[in-house]
Amino acid sequence: MLERLTPGTEIDGYRLGECIHSGAMGHIFRVTRPDRFTSMIMKVPRLGRNQPAEGLISFETEATILPALSGPHVPRFVAAGDLETTPYLVTEWIEGESLDEVLKRGLLRADQIQGIGAALADALHSLHRQDAIHLDIKPDNVILKPNGVAVLIDFGLAHHARYPDLLAQEERFAAGSAPYISPEQVLGTRSDPRSDIFALGVVLYEMVTGKLPFGIPRTMAGMRDRLWLDPVPPRARAAGVPPWLQEIILRCLEPHAGARYQSAAHVAFDLRHPEQVALTERAGKSRQNGFLAQARRWWIARGDHSVPRRLPNVQVGAAPVIMVAVDTTHPHDERLPALQRVTGQVLSLSAEFRLACVSVISAGPMVEGRSDAATTSGIHLEHLVRLRHWVAPLHLPPQRLALHVIMSANPADALLEFAHRNHVDMILLGAPRPSQHALAWWRSVASSVTAHAHCSVHVVRVPGQRGDIEAAPGGASQDAAGDEGQP
Amino acid sequence: MIASLTIKNGQNKGAGLVIALLADVHSNLEALSACLAHANEGGAGRYAFLGDLVGYGADPQGVVDIVARYAAQGAIVVKGNHDAAVEKRAGYMNDTTTEAIDWTRKVLPEDRKAFLARLPLCLRDESMCFVHASAASPERWHYVDSPAAAQKSAEAAQTPYTFSGHVHDQVLYYQGTNGKMSAFRPLQGSPVSVRNHRRWLALVGSVGQPRDRNPAAAYALFDTSREQITFHRVPYDHLAAARKIRQAGLPASIAYRVEMGI
Repeated sequence: MLERLTPGTEIDGYRLGECIHSGAMGHIFRVTRPDRFTSMIMKVPRLGRNQPAEGLISFETEATILPALSGPHVPRFVAAGDLETTPYLVTEWIEGESLDEVLKRGLLRADQIQGIGAALADALHSLHRQDAIHLDIKPDNVILKPNGVAVLIDFGLAHHARYPDLLAQEERFAAGSAPYISPEQVLGTRSDPRSDIFALGVVLYEMVTGKLPFGIPRTMAGMRDRLWLDPVPPRARAAGVPPWLQEIILRCLEPHAGARYQSAAHVAFDLRHPEQVALTERAGKSRQNGFLAQARRWWIARGDHSVPRRLPNVQVGAAPVIMVAVDTTHPHDERLPALQRVTGQVLSLSAEFRLACVSVISAGPMVEGRSDAATTSGIHLEHLVRLRHWVAPLHLPPQRLALHVIMSANPADALLEFAHRNHVDMILLGAPRPSQHALAWWRSVASSVTAHAHCSVHVVRVPGQRGDIEAAPGGASQDAAGDEGQP
Repeated sequence: MIASLTIKNGQNKGAGLVIALLADVHSNLEALSACLAHANEGGAGRYAFLGDLVGYGADPQGVVDIVARYAAQGAIVVKGNHDAAVEKRAGYMNDTTTEAIDWTRKVLPEDRKAFLARLPLCLRDESMCFVHASAASPERWHYVDSPAAAQKSAEAAQTPYTFSGHVHDQVLYYQGTNGKMSAFRPLQGSPVSVRNHRRWLALVGSVGQPRDRNPAAAYALFDTSREQITFHRVPYDHLAAARKIRQAGLPASIAYRVEMGI
């Protein structure tokens, strides 16, 4: 039935429009249906005796995974035809430009790369949080919407931990696109979200240099090179690549998954805060490793590609972004040591965290009646120093730590916005205390953040004496006593 | 000859039928009751008991009574190796297991023993095959514990779906284009599409004696019209079940296994 498809044909109420793509795997048509107003496309696989079975399995994979996904970074699933008789997949049509088209127009500026890279990392994080891994990230499969949001398309090679992986045992399927796939994918692993982070590194490299880090290998041996070969550093190919960007790219491209970023949220964070990227020897490299170093990488790569046994969401969740709000305008507040202790306890629960210490100070340095730039940066620096001083006793390695002083008249909104933009998994902040008039604004900050945050919020209180509750005046304390059921 | 027959008139046949798949109850009345209630809530319209109703636990009669009642209403029931050992002592069983079987033989009324003895080893119903161990040779009680063993069983079954117990884990095997099977560890409560153009073999887990360090009872629901299978874990009062095992004078190691889920 689906053998002769031409514009105007109707399938299950969907009228075919223009054929926008014809490839080895099948055709894609724009479609309309009188009762639906969204723009839609229909994907139809090639069928028949001469067609490879893996095409149909890819199709089945996409038809299984796409309906289970949600959020702004995937096309909305509309309908699927019967796999046996009329296989098709109808999804939302994403208005925008593919990253491939963007790249064809020429090299991008550093700020464009930063924005697109962070948007792509956002999309990957959203996918990994849903227990799915794309496994075929490349510029063709990324659509950039006019508002800057990246949408991932083509889930024909994807993996979803809740469903049997139909492609896992197929011997003859393309494991992904040769220039982009990770070393562990070359070896057959399909359950590691960090594979997408490697592909993100390849895409960033391509955006920066206009070249592919491992070329376009045509043989299995060529594909395996990436298990040990380190790519030509981006700086050697494009002068003017900032060290922080090279650091991010080469960290994504580490052959050993454990040495890469452990969460796409961390990549997005670094791309959005270049000044916070801890530079290592990767940042300054100007040429490939020598023979001995490559031999060592080859030796390490031989056996060390363990398959993760945890669900993608659990794996990514083990690398949380934690934000602590530190009130540096009141450095002697008794809650600050308590906040420090709790932060230490929370961080001890995971080895792969990223801690962002944020201080919100009131906007407009009108303290001495002046508001020039020198005063602004001076105040900014002073609070940065206080933040660093506050966090120093926790002895955190620099690549786990970021310090931010934000000027804003509305601390709660500033904290919430920072948390939302940076995929923060948990917010730690001090509790309000009714007796402290000087810090009365904290009351609204803590409650407002707790009420509106998209993630967990840990409100830290200085432990009081048992007698405090009864002794304290006012209605609030009576409520507290009531809650605890005290006699 | 292997007892194998085809059901002609199952109960409640038709669109939207959900089948509860329950294996390895092992005389655990508390676990069975919890799973039946859960299945009922989940919309089960039909029940399949995949063998080993008895053995290990303290309530063989209570369990067989319930299953016989379901069977009278059209439920599918196949025989397990423990059920067979009640009739004829099995030489391959260890001392603890044999002690529990001997005790079961002593306490179970004759008509209940006759019910167990009459059970078929394997049943087919259109696209489904129900068998305790491997459909390749049900009477030999081979464990389906590898993709190769799953392939053998599914091919002998000749149906798109094979549902089994015996191995106390929950595993869904699925066939690739090369005919080979792969194992998938299902997440509890998450429906998995099992389209009938490929072969599937589901090990539904054990109701009465899970062994994955999680004492919650295990079973699965198969939605025939949606072609979806959902694996479940149901917490129940496993400490009460273990207490009854000790009180009955059965080996303490069995009670310990039920307590710990090992």
